[in-house]
Amino acid sequence: MPLTLNPNFHEAGQRTLRDYAAGDHFYEDLINAHRGLSDEESLALNARLILLLSNHIGDLAVLREALALARPAEPSTRKPVDGPVPA
Amino acid sequence: MHSTFTYPRFEYRRAPEMGAPPGAVPRHGLVIVGAGPVGMAAALDARQHGLPAVILDDDDTVSVGSRGLCYAKRTLEILDRLGVGDAVVDKGVIWNVGRTFFGEQEVFNFNLLPEPDHHRPGMVNLQQYYLEHYQVQACERAGVDIRWRHKVVGVQPQDQGVSLTVETPEGHYTLETDWLVVCDGARSPIRRLMGLDMEGQVFKDRFLIADVVMKAPFPAERWFWFDPPFHRNQSVLLHREADDVWRIDFQLGWDADPEEEKKPEKVSPRIQAMLGPDVRFELEWVSVYTFQCRRMNRFDHGRVIFAGDAAHQVSPFGARGANSGIQDADNLMWKLAYVIKGWAPPTLLHSYGIERGEAADENILNSTRSTDFITPKSKTSRAFRDAALQLAQHHAFARKLVNSGRLSVPTHHAASPLNTPPTEPFEGWMGPGAPLDDAPVVHAGQAGWLLQHLGGCFQLLLFLEDLGMTGLADRIAAVQSPEPGRSPARDGEQIPVQVVVLTATPQDRGALAPFEQATGAIVLHDVKGVAARRCGARVGTALLLRPDQHVCARWPQMDATRVRAAVARATGHG
Repeated sequence: MPLTLNPNFHEAGQRTLRDYAAGDHFYEDLINAHRGLSDEESLALNARLILLLSNHIGDLAVLREALALARPAEPSTRKPVDGPVPA
Repeated sequence: MHSTFTYPRFEYRRAPEMGAPPGAVPRHGLVIVGAGPVGMAAALDARQHGLPAVILDDDDTVSVGSRGLCYAKRTLEILDRLGVGDAVVDKGVIWNVGRTFFGEQEVFNFNLLPEPDHHRPGMVNLQQYYLEHYQVQACERAGVDIRWRHKVVGVQPQDQGVSLTVETPEGHYTLETDWLVVCDGARSPIRRLMGLDMEGQVFKDRFLIADVVMKAPFPAERWFWFDPPFHRNQSVLLHREADDVWRIDFQLGWDADPEEEKKPEKVSPRIQAMLGPDVRFELEWVSVYTFQCRRMNRFDHGRVIFAGDAAHQVSPFGARGANSGIQDADNLMWKLAYVIKGWAPPTLLHSYGIERGEAADENILNSTRSTDFITPKSKTSRAFRDAALQLAQHHAFARKLVNSGRLSVPTHHAASPLNTPPTEPFEGWMGPGAPLDDAPVVHAGQAGWLLQHLGGCFQLLLFLEDLGMTGLADRIAAVQSPEPGRSPARDGEQIPVQVVVLTATPQDRGALAPFEQATGAIVLHDVKGVAARRCGARVGTALLLRPDQHVCARWPQMDATRVRAAVARATGHG
């Protein structure tokens, strides 16, 4: 199953009149989850969140698609990391 | 100041109470403070209920500057009911398309294009001074007593009313009224005089708004920029208004100096940078504003009732200020009229506080969310915001997350104590609490719209195939006519209800008029079946509507006893 790119935020079993409401609600929850955190703590929270949700998605093909779409469009100036990590 | 609009100067007139001995002038039933969009909507509604209305306003002209600019469909429907809808829509600019830009790229666009088969468009832009101008004219036609340059400087709530001290160019006088509706704006002098608080959030940001006259090649669309090249790291909003005036909002940030930023030599270069070097324009009006999202805990305080910005404030993203204020008046005035007429207990007014409090919460929630997206408060929040904008260029889910303003829509008062819970499930959204959806109808051969026939009293929509139902006239009479000898005041069960029959098939015009005459009902042809579809109606379905066109009950079949009980409930009789 490919990565879902159409709007998909919803409350299970509920119909909402305003089609933006569920997405806005999640977005607000996401921002609120960072309330009172330092930049470092926020970075760490995001990393944990990515791991949690990625495991829930599970399917590596879907995750790879997401990773590809999330990479910046412009070519990176960094050398690509490839091959074995030096000891 | 304005080249496109000449500000009227309304005449100050001496109050009859001035210099008169106490008791010489009868006590008023209803006084409204503030001749703005909300106060005048309240006054026009009071007049439709046959009540005298006095408005006190401390100024003598209409809104200076465009200010409230975008009037949403539901508001237009209310303005139609109050008699100024056509003027507003004729002068205003209808728009449907909104475009959002991030940097130099258009990120996405949306179309507010009205669903077909509604009378009014999704949004009309019109300078607030025009709306007020039309409302003043309507108030004059309706016999509203607007007292210009009468400023309330003292408020003494009493057991059965309010005593006001009013200052005028000729001195002070005292005014007594049974009921006071306060629509005196965000700073509400009366709220302050009564020592009442508002709770909520101040946003540490400033916006410069400018009305600019130009013949521009821009289409009549709402354009919103995140981080444009001509105003880096800030947001800009562009709307078209009437008279080739354009409204531009520039985000300035909290550290901006409002007095400096308002100067033409600072404003003009900003605008020129935005429009390009070849576009010529003139500045009509400039202002710097901050905003907050906050509300009073209660809107109804005994005989003093607050509406509009005096009761609640929102950030402007989504145009939820004037729209919700006018909807406050729509909700309040039939209730207040019924209380004044003795048809409902004063406790009915608590439902205004509950229902419009819920609306205020919804508006504050949505405008706060928009504000957070437009002005993220932290590095992390900004990262998410920019990520949503970047992804929005390519992906539908992200476009839906981009929030530069969730445009005003009416609140469904689904949990209101005035509703009768439905006994059966139904299709669509027209359940108790919902403002009724419009639909094209034909009445006596004339094409028109359903909402044009509704409002001002309780009405029962009855969906039928035709007028052939056995005993239809009797069944209508059972719903409509109070029993002889019983007055509306007793228990709410005798409040007038008008039946509005919606037929799926056209009826013979020759038969229609006598039927309407005999029964007092109105018969409409649901010409495209849209009303039935929107209401999830089958043959026999009945929807009870309040005077503000909101549904308060619905049944698969009309039953006079149930209708009467629902009316009693909807008027606070329990």
